[in-house]
Amino acid sequence: MSAAVGYATKWGALPTLTGAPTHYCAGCEHGTLTRLLASAIEARQARERAVLVSSVGCSVLAHEYLNVDAVQAPHGRAPAVMAGIKRARPDLLVFGVQGDGDAVSIGLLELVNAANRGEPISIFLVNNAIYGMTGGQMAPTTPAGMVTTTTPNGRDVATTGRPFDATRLLLGLDGPAYLRRVFLPVAPTGSADVFNARGALDGEAAIRHAFEVQERGGFSFVEFVSTCWVNWKVSILESKRYAARVLAPLFPPGLYRDRFGVEAR
Amino acid sequence: MTALPEFLKGNEALAYGALRAGLTAFYGYPITPSSEIPETLAAKVGRPEFPRFRVFLQAASELEAINLAIGTAATGARTMTATSGPGFSLKQEGISYAAAMELPLLIVNVNRAGPGLGNLGPEQSDYFQATRGGGHGGYRTIVLAPDSVPEMARLPALAFSLAFRYRTPVIVLTDAFLGQLKEDLPVPDVAPEEWDTSWAATGARGPVRHVLSSLHLELADQNRHSRHLAAKYAEIARTEQRSEDVATDDADVVLVAFGICARLARAAVGSMRARGLRVGLLRPITLAPFPRDRIDDLVLSGVRRFLVLELNHGQMVDDVALAAAGRAEVRGLTEVGGLLPTSAAIGAAVEAMAVSPTPLVAAEEVDA
Repeated sequence: MSAAVGYATKWGALPTLTGAPTHYCAGCEHGTLTRLLASAIEARQARERAVLVSSVGCSVLAHEYLNVDAVQAPHGRAPAVMAGIKRARPDLLVFGVQGDGDAVSIGLLELVNAANRGEPISIFLVNNAIYGMTGGQMAPTTPAGMVTTTTPNGRDVATTGRPFDATRLLLGLDGPAYLRRVFLPVAPTGSADVFNARGALDGEAAIRHAFEVQERGGFSFVEFVSTCWVNWKVSILESKRYAARVLAPLFPPGLYRDRFGVEAR
Repeated sequence: MTALPEFLKGNEALAYGALRAGLTAFYGYPITPSSEIPETLAAKVGRPEFPRFRVFLQAASELEAINLAIGTAATGARTMTATSGPGFSLKQEGISYAAAMELPLLIVNVNRAGPGLGNLGPEQSDYFQATRGGGHGGYRTIVLAPDSVPEMARLPALAFSLAFRYRTPVIVLTDAFLGQLKEDLPVPDVAPEEWDTSWAATGARGPVRHVLSSLHLELADQNRHSRHLAAKYAEIARTEQRSEDVATDDADVVLVAFGICARLARAAVGSMRARGLRVGLLRPITLAPFPRDRIDDLVLSGVRRFLVLELNHGQMVDDVALAAAGRAEVRGLTEVGGLLPTSAAIGAAVEAMAVSPTPLVAAEEVDA
């Protein structure tokens, strides 16, 4: 972790950001997502009815940066905590940010069952293919061959399984109303050091749609393909290139389900 | 409100008691011998006689149940989950978080025999797990122990009252026998109490927001929070001890027992009094905080012999011995595996103790 500039101060204040400097590393999409969430909440004028559920992992301090009510969940249990809030208070906009280890490994039961019941909540999965907060261990989403602290010779899919595609797993259920995957990092354009920020624009649109789906009574899930250069042990730029080259084909971005047709509006 | 049915199983009575106390949400996972609690509640959601009861969900696991409960409790609503031993173990993670986040929450454990899968008979072997804070990180919970079907119906109201007053999880520790026992149930109508829920996470209002988190990364912050919790638990220990005395005034031997064992002990006191033995009963109603002040009173009034009756290998006996602090003889009579001690065994243990030499340790010597 490294100290970073507060998004609120650098990019202009949003009332839904506290302005506290984040603990996210420079170049990490968690910071981007924080800003996008704030923007989408304000677009719905939802700050006073929003409740964030913080999960365990790099998203654990989201409530320090998002200026909304918040409840912390044990590792992996955020979907259950979200559903508990929403069932008691259907008037609230309930959302959470989970990492791949949190949502897809230790918390898979909670994710799948909340999705299968179609709980009207919004889950934002940051898939950076590794355990970030605990220091770079193999995640369920780690690509074959990636070196992590617990796969020093690269991930051997013969013994540890193939990278877990959470979005397609949820697509197998009838419960979810909205499933989308966004490539969030800045993307290489072909020219050596020129990148585009299309992912952030897609990401904010996806969050707005996810909130719309929730407030129309559906379960919404957006997976953000992301990077973790610190634990991947590459440069920031190389992490973006790796994500485009390896993760994007493995976790193809796109609209997987839009039962209410919110994207067509 | 309509009257309750008047002949109920303990588990059913507890469910009605929770409804009478204003229950809003229940989450549970099926496990014998507690399943009558969700089964009773499933049929009551949305019924006009219980207008506050809006949410019932059979969870996918014990973990999901306790975390659904955490979410609902975070909104300030009255929330309950119920289980038995193996499920109680699974819930410990969530109870630790709820204690740290200071959430009012009611957890019922209908204790079955264990360890592992054990069997479906009654035990009190989860006493330590319940009263010591069964999860990680050094918290405590309030633990209430009913000994009859009517008390199964009464205790949820007390549990919610304590849970909201102190913002802490409260456990009702009962057992397979009381859960399945059927008794007459004359429960008066009581209006649910109202409590302050201004701390709940139900949306920020201007600059005021509510963050319910157990994370305190700065060492000084965690230190402060832990001390705050410890001070709360100390206040609870000072002010919330509850117990019932039966014929302890002149007793040579005081039985100490809770739950189903208290019923056995109550019967034993009656039959032994009839035979001229001066025997009494102290029945803890709060297992945590343990009624150590009452033990202390009894010791100071001259009681020198305590016989602790419990369905485990000896757990509450430690709390009695701690409270007696060497000033009285403390023995245990235990039974396990789903069996109950016979009245003959209880009688023999009391008689053996009554004729043993009075312990020589005097209170003054210990105090010095």
